[in-house]
Amino acid sequence: MNENLKLKPGHIQGETGIWEMVIGLEIHAQVSSKSKLFSGASATFGAQANSNVSLVDAAMPGMLPVINEYCVEQAVKTGLALNAQINNISVFDRKNYFYADLPQGYQISQFTQPIVGEGEITIDVDDNNQTTIGIERLHLEQDAGKSLHDQHPTKSYIDLNRTGVALMEIVSKPDIRSPKEAGAYVKKIRSILRYVGSCDGNMEEGSLRADCNVSVRKAGEEFGTRCEIKNLNSIRFINQAIQAEAERQVEILEAGGEINQETRLFDTSSGETRSMRSKEDAHDYRYFPDPDLLPLEFTDSFVQGIKDQLPELPDFVKKRLVNEYGITPYDASILVEEKDFVAFYEQAATGGDGKLTANWMISELFGALKKENLLLSDSPISPETLRELISLITKGTISGKIAKDVFAEMMISRKKPSDIVEEKGLEQVSDDKEILKLIEKVIADNQDKVKDYLSGKDKLFGFFVGQVMKISQGKANPGLVNKILKEKLK
Amino acid sequence: MSDLLKYDLLGASKAIKAKEISSVEITNAYIEAIENTSSLGAYLELVKDKALEMAKASDENISKGKFRPLEGLPIGIKDMFCTKDIKTTASSKILDNFYPTYESTVTQNLWNDGAVMLGKLSCDEFAMGSSNETAAKGNVINPWLKIKKMSPGGSSGGSAAAVAARSALAATGTDTGGSIRQPAAFCGITGLKPTYGRCSRWGIVAFSSSLDQAGPLTRTVSDAALMLNSMASYDKKDSTSANLAMPDLMSYLGNSIKGKKIGIPKEYTQDGISDDIVKFYQKSIDWLKEAGSEIVPVSLPHTKYALPVYYIIAPAEASSNLARYDGVRFGERKEASSLDKMYEITRGEGFGDEVKRRIMIGTYVLSSGYYDAYYLKAQKVRRLIKEDFENGFKKVDFILTPSTPTTAFELGKKQDPLTMYLNDIFTVPASLAGLPGISLPVGLDQSGLPIGIQLIANAFDEAGLISTAHVLEKSANFNFIADGAAK
Repeated sequence: MNENLKLKPGHIQGETGIWEMVIGLEIHAQVSSKSKLFSGASATFGAQANSNVSLVDAAMPGMLPVINEYCVEQAVKTGLALNAQINNISVFDRKNYFYADLPQGYQISQFTQPIVGEGEITIDVDDNNQTTIGIERLHLEQDAGKSLHDQHPTKSYIDLNRTGVALMEIVSKPDIRSPKEAGAYVKKIRSILRYVGSCDGNMEEGSLRADCNVSVRKAGEEFGTRCEIKNLNSIRFINQAIQAEAERQVEILEAGGEINQETRLFDTSSGETRSMRSKEDAHDYRYFPDPDLLPLEFTDSFVQGIKDQLPELPDFVKKRLVNEYGITPYDASILVEEKDFVAFYEQAATGGDGKLTANWMISELFGALKKENLLLSDSPISPETLRELISLITKGTISGKIAKDVFAEMMISRKKPSDIVEEKGLEQVSDDKEILKLIEKVIADNQDKVKDYLSGKDKLFGFFVGQVMKISQGKANPGLVNKILKEKLK
Repeated sequence: MSDLLKYDLLGASKAIKAKEISSVEITNAYIEAIENTSSLGAYLELVKDKALEMAKASDENISKGKFRPLEGLPIGIKDMFCTKDIKTTASSKILDNFYPTYESTVTQNLWNDGAVMLGKLSCDEFAMGSSNETAAKGNVINPWLKIKKMSPGGSSGGSAAAVAARSALAATGTDTGGSIRQPAAFCGITGLKPTYGRCSRWGIVAFSSSLDQAGPLTRTVSDAALMLNSMASYDKKDSTSANLAMPDLMSYLGNSIKGKKIGIPKEYTQDGISDDIVKFYQKSIDWLKEAGSEIVPVSLPHTKYALPVYYIIAPAEASSNLARYDGVRFGERKEASSLDKMYEITRGEGFGDEVKRRIMIGTYVLSSGYYDAYYLKAQKVRRLIKEDFENGFKKVDFILTPSTPTTAFELGKKQDPLTMYLNDIFTVPASLAGLPGISLPVGLDQSGLPIGIQLIANAFDEAGLISTAHVLEKSANFNFIADGAAK
């Protein structure tokens, strides 16, 4: 048990020693584009089934793909934001397989020559842990349609709305070592995508999904055989699936078994992964360059033009927040996850206590919003009211404890904190005389405890503080209460 | 014979323009000709009402003083072209009852220029074949010999037979490895395959995307020029379409070829070419010399690899292009207990043997472990074949070859696929290089079957090709009419 407590994240204690996880992620990010990658059909989510389907999407005879330039720009933009190599010449390939929701009988993807090559990003795992994850490549590809198997007892229904929607597949190097790192990596990628505007990052709507490649090894050993867990659509599931899969592999290896390279699915109800298809059953995709499309070529000036318009990226903003507001890099990394977090924070923190503002925003405000299932844009508390609340604390008008009550009230009534303090008379009592009165009453009411205290039971001091706070309804300035009480009880 | 059938495309155009004949008259004559020659099996679908409706519209146009380049001219369309609301099957059972909701760019261009649609013409299934015998609805008969049933060639066999039988003034075809030029040669007509990228592939049922190219089958070189003028266009819907204006080909008719260099590839004079063809090949060389051109020997050393390369690349692309015929969205579906079974039965019953053979070859050469040895190597050799031509065209303006090693063969006589594939030996190299080629009739062999000669030009030099072919056509003065032509 003790040993377990000492385990680092991503380590598993087995019978034979400690195992380390090796994780690589393939993120499928839907390009924020009005139309599909190779057709003019709408790429909007949530339309009536089969209403966003062009002749090209339905793979009617004689139909041909034409590349959507906007999607190419988004891929280049994202590649630049991932500090990656942009390939001025790339090639679209056909990945051939049969499925009812794949009308062409092949997916147009990029195999040997992707539009974006190697890059890297930095992730913040926790307060003291920053690490770099390599990007292997980013390529453009078409999404498939959707098969619905639960609409009819014997038939499957097909919805082709998603067919041909542009995806960017971002492949990491196997540099990730724990579920936590995987989560931080996905968050970082999501944040970068949202900053540059190439993907809305909406995991619920499937705009961002991940396949996780997981293997385990003893420290210093070669990589083990990996399994791929397909189609995970939340960071929580990514965490759970990786942990479950790594544990499964350790169990097999320790029992003397071997890992079969295979594709697995994560069962969210059982929390386990199960086999989807083994390597032997793996498709032979028969990749070859799509003869309907010319190689994708662009000039350096096209890339430079996109580079010039790149917005501030999360890392840049993070550095600025740390420098300007004196907050920790980890807090800054949370605040820069979304552009509107930063905007909110900066409005709230300007002219105030940056650190305290960050604490309140991250632990109190984000907590409360999550509980109410609200987005920051729907927050009853505005940057202005949060700033006022923080300033009431720093000025000593209210205590931190009262502030929490005021905060709770603000969440419900949307009132200004000063109004709440005034209405409810919550202002901190910092008048020596008033506090003295309260103390004298407590002493008078608890003569026996006073005797005990004076005879050496020092611990009772806290009791007296508590009593004073209680009869002041929490409004007494705790610092003053302590000071005066000590003098009175000498 | 109805006098109306004597007009060639250009002649009919002039007569209509001069109001000597009306479009309805000539269209009716062709509808009758189609009915009279129906035993040839050239047409899969006759659209009589539509034809007359279009002809009437043309006549009205003319009466208003309007005249488009193909105004009122009745033509046939190879069944590889998707035609709106008109059954389009690519001669395959799997597309039985497929009615496109769209019109291919090439046919739309023709209708926009005033052409009248007679119907859809038979071809080898998915354009895979050199004899028109792989068509689901059965072979087409070459109209030349009445005593024996000869193949019209393929895959545009229906198109070639219809033009030769005078049941269409002209027809569209598609050429992947010779599918316009070889049937044109077999049927004694002119067939032009333009440069890859000249005609949009949008709306043409795809066989091999990097090779497929539409072109005309006509009675004369002038007719080919007139047709291609309308068929060719840059099309944003086809990413491989060439954004390069084509000059008005009609203005290149009658140009002298004095001083032009004609290349004779030494690799094309090999065994297996019939004596009559060798004779007329030599005659053609002489005619061109007499017309003032210079004959220059050239070498295309990689020619011998053209057929194997073609039979790797074309099936590879076809295996993928034909995956969409899966019974899920259109065409024939055979119900079954599982998705895989449904695919198996639908495709197993829907495709004919030749198509299945090529899907299997294509699947094999693309599979992992074989890709490098076959597909990748074939692409490299294709590049070398292309370079052969590039080098050749540094020395010469055109290359002259026979169109086929033999004249038309008897239907049902070539059962061996490999022997069949050899038919394309002279047409495949230009296809692999994406170059324009034209086959025109220059004479008859001893059994009275037409002999075709091919001219190949540099990329996008259709104008030069037309000029030179026109000169050769005049010298050859081929004015025979097929025995089985409409009377």
